[in-house]
Amino acid sequence: MSNAYVSVEGIARRYPGATIFENLWFDVKRGEFVCLVGHSGCGKTTVLNILAGLEAPSDGVVIVDGQEIVGPSLDRAVIFQGHALMPWMSAEQNVAFALSCRHPSWGKTQLREAARAALEKVGLGHAAEKKPAQLSGGMKQRVGIARALAIAPKMLLMDEPFSALDALTRGALQEEVSRLVTEADQTAFMITHDVDEAILLADRILLMTNGPEARLAEVVVNTLPRPRDRASLHHMPGYHELRDHILDFLITRSRTLAGAPPAGWDPKLVPEVRPAQPQITPPPRAAA
Amino acid sequence: MGASETSHPRTPTPSLPRDAGEGAASGEGMSANATTLRAALLSLLILAAFLGAWEFAARSGGGGSGEALDPEYAALLGQAAAAGGQTPFPMPSEIAVRLWELVRDPFYIRGPNDQGIGIQLAYSLARVGAGFLIAAAVAIPLGFLIGMSPLLSAALNPFIQVLRPVSPLAWMPLALYTIKDSSVSSIFVIFICSVWPMLLNTAFGVATVRKEWLNVARTLEAGRLKTALRVILPAAAPTILTGMRISIGIAWLVIVAAEMLVGGTGIGYWVWNQWNNLSLADIVIAILLIGLVGLLLDRLLGMAARAVAWAE
Repeated sequence: MSNAYVSVEGIARRYPGATIFENLWFDVKRGEFVCLVGHSGCGKTTVLNILAGLEAPSDGVVIVDGQEIVGPSLDRAVIFQGHALMPWMSAEQNVAFALSCRHPSWGKTQLREAARAALEKVGLGHAAEKKPAQLSGGMKQRVGIARALAIAPKMLLMDEPFSALDALTRGALQEEVSRLVTEADQTAFMITHDVDEAILLADRILLMTNGPEARLAEVVVNTLPRPRDRASLHHMPGYHELRDHILDFLITRSRTLAGAPPAGWDPKLVPEVRPAQPQITPPPRAAA
Repeated sequence: MGASETSHPRTPTPSLPRDAGEGAASGEGMSANATTLRAALLSLLILAAFLGAWEFAARSGGGGSGEALDPEYAALLGQAAAAGGQTPFPMPSEIAVRLWELVRDPFYIRGPNDQGIGIQLAYSLARVGAGFLIAAAVAIPLGFLIGMSPLLSAALNPFIQVLRPVSPLAWMPLALYTIKDSSVSSIFVIFICSVWPMLLNTAFGVATVRKEWLNVARTLEAGRLKTALRVILPAAAPTILTGMRISIGIAWLVIVAAEMLVGGTGIGYWVWNQWNNLSLADIVIAILLIGLVGLLLDRLLGMAARAVAWAE
């Protein structure tokens, strides 16, 4: 775990009388894109909030860059599920507000210019003066992305950022995020329901069983080569195996594996699978 | 939010749905103008009919009824009684003449008991302004604290709930006893009546700021002050302004009564003075002017509310 940027060590979320998840161990390496997939109620958002520092785990710690998380940080920008833009600020002011937190010494013009530049990057230079109410859902989320990336975070945290958008807009934004994240070699952690989204964006996909007492059941390594784009993704060799594997998990195994872990289960050594590499699958150990 | 459970802080000040300035006309664009015009015509018609009926009734009935009075009793009562026992109710035409007299020279001062109507209104407005501003200066910061702290909210809630329904005039004796100045006492009464709606609305607005906006501020490591000024204040501003609008309405209602009690100056005192003079025309004029000034105050706050409004 030496090159891990984030190291999640045995975190848990318990409420009186209920354990949502416990003993969760995983890491996110520098420049890596990790997706967390699972059904509602398994505590995905809680995991993200803990990584963001918005919530404290009931147990365990999260180490980021060698330091334990004690609260939110500018180094970990969050793109929220609802865009969470301030409706009384224009798109530009929303981004400038974030920038003013990162760079308290900057003057108004400098903030404006940097905010403009950030909006240009997501193709919204023309809408800088508009209030969120005047923007479409996709544009709002773009502003949210611009706001998160403008402060040059070391890590990007995304909580189902595209789930409220229509399919076309979602596709366009997924490619946009894929491009931006690759360009900046951005470390990212994303929660999603969307299997194709996870396959398009992630290097590794973490699969969680259903809650309560959810656990990390499996880590799927996405071996599909980059760059990936939506148009050709489903023609890539191995895509269907990968997709079927995740779907099978979501449909049946997330349920059958739920509850108490099997004997000899080590939460720190969750099995890794590479469904998109059929030549080395059974058994994975033999290939190494 | 505990402090607001028995009130409805977001309820706007009552007004007819198609209130002129609000322009919420939802019909098709073309007929909206025509409707406004027709409504204005109808308003004028109703006014004309009302004034006409009044004038007619006063002319035919109100004058001397002619019944004989005991001459000795009449001599004791003086002129008015001799004319027929009753002061005639003024006709609209008389009121209009009197209104013109008053409005032509609103700012004269002829001794402490004879000052222009403009001066009297200015006194009342100054008291309302002072009481209202002090109330805002207290209620908005305090409301912020209550809205941000559930503990403080729960702790102060009983006091607010008990004090809020008290008629502000009930405070007057205590104010007069402690402050010993009638003018300052009326400012205090204005303060005490306008503080509650602003306090409750501020607390409610602050307590109901969207969690996600606060989370944005937290993840950006915006400081407490920056979060308060750039996130919470603008988010709660429409609710706060609604409270201020309710407050100024109540303050303007209360100042008339307060000035009737303490006397000296102000439109309320003027009304009472004219009652003692049996100048009913002046009282009708005062009612009209009080209404117009109240409307103006409400519109001013309405404009301020529109300036800070935001849409999602």
